[in-house]
Amino acid sequence: MAKSTRRARSVHWGLYAMLVPGIILTLIYSYGPLMGLVIAFQKFDFTKGLFGSPWVGFDNFKYIFNLRDFRRALGNTLSISSMKLVFGMAFPIVVSLLLNEIRFNGLKRVIQTLIYLPFFISWVILAGIMGDLLSPSTGFLNGILKMLGFKGVYFLGNASVFPATMIVLDVWKGFGFGTILYLAALTGVDPSLYEAASMDGANRFHRMWHITMPELVPIIVLNGTLSLGNILNAGFDQITNMYSTVVYKSGDILDTLVYRVGIIGVRDSIPQYEIATSIGLFKSLVSFALISASYYLAHKFADYQIF
Amino acid sequence: MEENKREFKLMRRRGFSAEYIFDFFNILFLGFLAVCCVLPFINVIAVSLSDSSAATAGMVGLWPVKFSLDSYMFAFQKVRFLLSMKNSAIRVILGVAVNMALTIITAYPLSKTVKELKGRTFFAWFFVITMLIGGGTIPTYLIVMWTGLRNTVWSMILPGAVPVYNVVILLNFFKQLPKELEESAVIDGAGDFRIFLRIIIPLSMPCIATLIVFQTVGHWNDWFSGMIYLDNIEKYPLATYLHNVLQRPNFDNMELQEIQRVMKISNRTLSDAQILIGALPIIMVYPFLQRFFVKGMVLGSLKG
Repeated sequence: MAKSTRRARSVHWGLYAMLVPGIILTLIYSYGPLMGLVIAFQKFDFTKGLFGSPWVGFDNFKYIFNLRDFRRALGNTLSISSMKLVFGMAFPIVVSLLLNEIRFNGLKRVIQTLIYLPFFISWVILAGIMGDLLSPSTGFLNGILKMLGFKGVYFLGNASVFPATMIVLDVWKGFGFGTILYLAALTGVDPSLYEAASMDGANRFHRMWHITMPELVPIIVLNGTLSLGNILNAGFDQITNMYSTVVYKSGDILDTLVYRVGIIGVRDSIPQYEIATSIGLFKSLVSFALISASYYLAHKFADYQIF
Repeated sequence: MEENKREFKLMRRRGFSAEYIFDFFNILFLGFLAVCCVLPFINVIAVSLSDSSAATAGMVGLWPVKFSLDSYMFAFQKVRFLLSMKNSAIRVILGVAVNMALTIITAYPLSKTVKELKGRTFFAWFFVITMLIGGGTIPTYLIVMWTGLRNTVWSMILPGAVPVYNVVILLNFFKQLPKELEESAVIDGAGDFRIFLRIIIPLSMPCIATLIVFQTVGHWNDWFSGMIYLDNIEKYPLATYLHNVLQRPNFDNMELQEIQRVMKISNRTLSDAQILIGALPIIMVYPFLQRFFVKGMVLGSLKG
């Protein structure tokens, strides 16, 4: 006992030593880029570096707010991501409720395994698959549509259909995995509640609505709040793999714009680092405010703590 | 009384059949969803195993038309494809090892109380802040260039070497381990390091396994860092290689003989064969790891 109290008082240098590698790498690769955000206020010159480039104040921001591409991308980002948030939240909840009603455990497990599948496949590969599947001339889906007497749809090449295609595919990819949390919460429900309810004459829907659903509400609230921070993330990985110049009008989002302007270089194929960084900084600041607010709300109403 | 009883029976029977109808449609609907999740992959398998002319004509649905293994033979002769698989394997092993080592050694001290680790709150925020705000694509790109990682495998590993989200999951897992085990080990004279290796890590295997699954999938699927940091196509991991091939199904990264051979095999069967080979490791493995990630997801998010 004496030994343990002595130990508790001494400083655990080992613990500090363990933190060192992580701190160094985080300083370089996470805090370094934060410093790099000063580029947004410069006329950046790669050869002169971060501290040698001339300062231009808010000129870059004035430039981007007047940029038609930027305003278009901001609008597209908001509309695509908000739809993804709503449907991406709602659909897994419905599916969880329905899965919870399956009484054959084997069948339930098979369905679960199958609906997890798309989550694990990268957008690169899914884009390849969907490019074929959704092709207007030779695609499987359009084949079925035509067989049923509909006209073929150019899902990836028609600007008015493209955002919907992105939203549906995103929900398709993630809904199965999204059910994990809800189903886990449902295993904790006391079965006697259901029994008591059926004794009192409650049918399936009554039970789902009055017993199962309330059990999920706290997690739904928490999940919903925490996902608010993603409102400016409309899915770079997905869209950059599936879009093309014909659908920029409705499909170009902030992240794809940053990528084209900053890394590929659009106009004279010289990357405009400072413009891309300004857009990135704008996005970071808005997201930061939203995430902080959502964590605060989650903490206040759901008693959520990060660590 | 008699009347009541009969009515009750009738109600029950009606309720019973309604339950069956519900079950039927429920299973039908969920089965349909499951089919929707799998169908695209079946189509890819069928196309990749079909004769190229049938595939180009769009005749292939869910079963190969004029069965042929040509595209697979061709894919496995493609030097760049094979190279990219090797690169991916190296990247996954190195990347997951680095990620996990850092996740574990960072999460452990942070799971201690303020008493045991002075400044814990400061250190925790130091890491968590990076989840809330980041420098974004361009500044990160510049830092990677300046630290000399350009065109090396480390450019795909070091920038994301400390996955803070996973650190948080693991530290919350550490926190809920019973304190008594550690205390009794201290009384037995075990040092910090021994306790960590012999008690904490073995007890945390379910959570660690989950994180390994996610890290592996992450490294295997990531194409973007390879795309922007590597100049040399021979160094591309599989995901970046596929991104390149699928985005521009042209002839610009092929040698002349390859182009001549490719004329015989349509792009479509070939790219589907490569897509399938690229997705296969994950498709084969994830069902067996299911219990790990289901458990881990729950532990990480539902903690009290």
